[in-house]
Amino acid sequence: MKLSGWGRYPVIEAKVYTPRRLEDLKARIASTPSLIARGNGRAYGDSAINPQATLRMTHFNRMIAFDPATGQLEVETGVTLGEIIKAFLPRGWFPMISPGTKFVTVGGAIAADVHGKNHHKDGSFRTCVDWIDVLDAEGNVQRCSPTENARLFDYTLGGMGLTGIILRAAIRLRPVETGWLRQTTLATPDLHATIQAFEAGHDATYSVAWIDCLGRGASLGRSLVMLGEHAALTDLPPERADKPFDIEARRALSVPVEFPSFALNRFSLQAFNALYYRMGARRKGEQLVNWDAYFYPLDAIHGWNKIYGRKGFAQYQCVLPLDRSEAGLTCLLEETEKAGAGSFLAVLKRFGVQDSAFSFPMEGYTLALDFPVTPKTKALLERLDRITLDHGGRFYLAKDSRMTAKTFQASEERLAAFEAFRSERSMARRFCSAQAERLGI
Amino acid sequence: MTHSPVLILGARSDIGKAVAHAFAAREYPIQLAARNAENLVSDAQDIELRYNVSVTLHDFDALATDTHEGFVSGLPELPQVAICAVGLMGKQAENEQDLSIQSSVMRSNFEGPASILSVLANRFEARGSGCLVGISSVAGDRGRATNYIYGASKAGFTASLSGLRNRLAKRGVHVVTVLPGFVATQMTEGMDLPSRLTAQPPQVGEAIFKAFVRKRNTIYVLPIWFLIMAIIRNIPEPIFKRLKI
Repeated sequence: MKLSGWGRYPVIEAKVYTPRRLEDLKARIASTPSLIARGNGRAYGDSAINPQATLRMTHFNRMIAFDPATGQLEVETGVTLGEIIKAFLPRGWFPMISPGTKFVTVGGAIAADVHGKNHHKDGSFRTCVDWIDVLDAEGNVQRCSPTENARLFDYTLGGMGLTGIILRAAIRLRPVETGWLRQTTLATPDLHATIQAFEAGHDATYSVAWIDCLGRGASLGRSLVMLGEHAALTDLPPERADKPFDIEARRALSVPVEFPSFALNRFSLQAFNALYYRMGARRKGEQLVNWDAYFYPLDAIHGWNKIYGRKGFAQYQCVLPLDRSEAGLTCLLEETEKAGAGSFLAVLKRFGVQDSAFSFPMEGYTLALDFPVTPKTKALLERLDRITLDHGGRFYLAKDSRMTAKTFQASEERLAAFEAFRSERSMARRFCSAQAERLGI
Repeated sequence: MTHSPVLILGARSDIGKAVAHAFAAREYPIQLAARNAENLVSDAQDIELRYNVSVTLHDFDALATDTHEGFVSGLPELPQVAICAVGLMGKQAENEQDLSIQSSVMRSNFEGPASILSVLANRFEARGSGCLVGISSVAGDRGRATNYIYGASKAGFTASLSGLRNRLAKRGVHVVTVLPGFVATQMTEGMDLPSRLTAQPPQVGEAIFKAFVRKRNTIYVLPIWFLIMAIIRNIPEPIFKRLKI
């Protein structure tokens, strides 16, 4: 069947299997030369597509055990973060690390070693993973953790499913008193001020900025910087305090059809961005926001990926090392603004220190943009790649759908070691995705 | 409020599991019944963990009709709701050639389900309360060349559900007939189903819960199927017999 990631680009004809039992997986490994596991299809590009065999892991979605003393939850990896929140928030627990969608599976979160708005404090998803069970190229289940079978653990976190099939995991949840967050919004006039706001907000549990990426000249990089803390019971007004985990169900909107490609243009984007900035600037100061709106604003619009039309869209996310972040971000934003191809949503985030085998984050600033897929934006993305490389940055594979092997290899000095590990354990050809093929992994 | 349990017959099926989740999410204790029920331990744990309800496992063979009285007597508590998700589609080409396969399709969809629901109906009637839910099929609405063995057995089941409903209407027992249309389950895996006409198992679970609450008699999961089946039922036979559908 035709398969694509969340960005709906590229679309690839792939054989899809839906195994239900461990034996099905073992049989598939024994009989198929090359395969990749797929969770809920939230990677944007071709990370979880293998034309020969893509294994949908959605039937491996049972919760196994929970220890309220430690907050440790054992799950099969097809369970999504949204399911975990539904079951455990009413008991006072929330995922320790969460990306911008709750529809991601635990397996996907591990494979991409996802990050959230608290990376500067708590690190990537790896932080909350106590152990994982990986089905290897020989069909054996291997338990691994930071202390046991540690190299497999290191390379599986961020290894994009290329080290085996991630079957089960134990992750730690965070105790929370309420389902609400105290959000403080700061409007910053330019990039320098935005970065300063992040550095000043280093103690905040959560921080993220929305950049008006069509701001130019003196307002280049003007942003709304949003800092957040889990609200304590005492932070809630009395009418909410008796039901601290209840939030009004948001009316689920959905995008029923693909937007025509002319709907998003320089003018509509500029209008949207300007309006968003002004509305944000107006609600400066602190407000209470529920967890769903705070962590997952886009989840409220089902199928929001269709607003970019039939041709799909490309996400672009890179990270730049701290000392070169401001210079690099200035170039990236100028180039984007010059192309007038503005991104609907542009997100900036400060990463904390991270030392990992193949994960995306490093200390510095990460910028995420999205663009409809057109020849013009493809050319722009090539130029952004160049700028990122020139500033010593690297790229987020969960978002990538179009980078060249040359660009990727220039960005990733850890590739040789990753490849050596995969060959040593005969994973190299067995676990492969369209993306890995494209990037020469 | 504590509820009496909900019995799921055919609990290994995708629809059976989805219905169990839908009721457990509303704090109903669950009884999962299937062959080799001990293999459902991980599903039971999953439901207990997610919804904080108790789940029990019970060996049940729909085709061993002589065990059905004993099966119901052996349940720790007579359920408040019993949902029958037992079924077998087979392949039409085999069903029409191999009479032993044909017989097992007919028994799995009609004789077995009708038998266990008879036992439960009698107990519910004696108690004066309860709800029986039978998962039948739109295939039972009219026999078609591509699927009529399965369809005929589901037609039988549909008729027995409507008879039970009629019999029990004044006895405090409600009966729901579910005609799901296409559902993306193990049964239909590998079939090329149109996505707009195909429900996901959780949608079926939610629809059944709603039908139980609202005491609906017959439901289609996706409303479009009401229209489709109205058309299919009303095509005159001289035309219908020449169609390929």
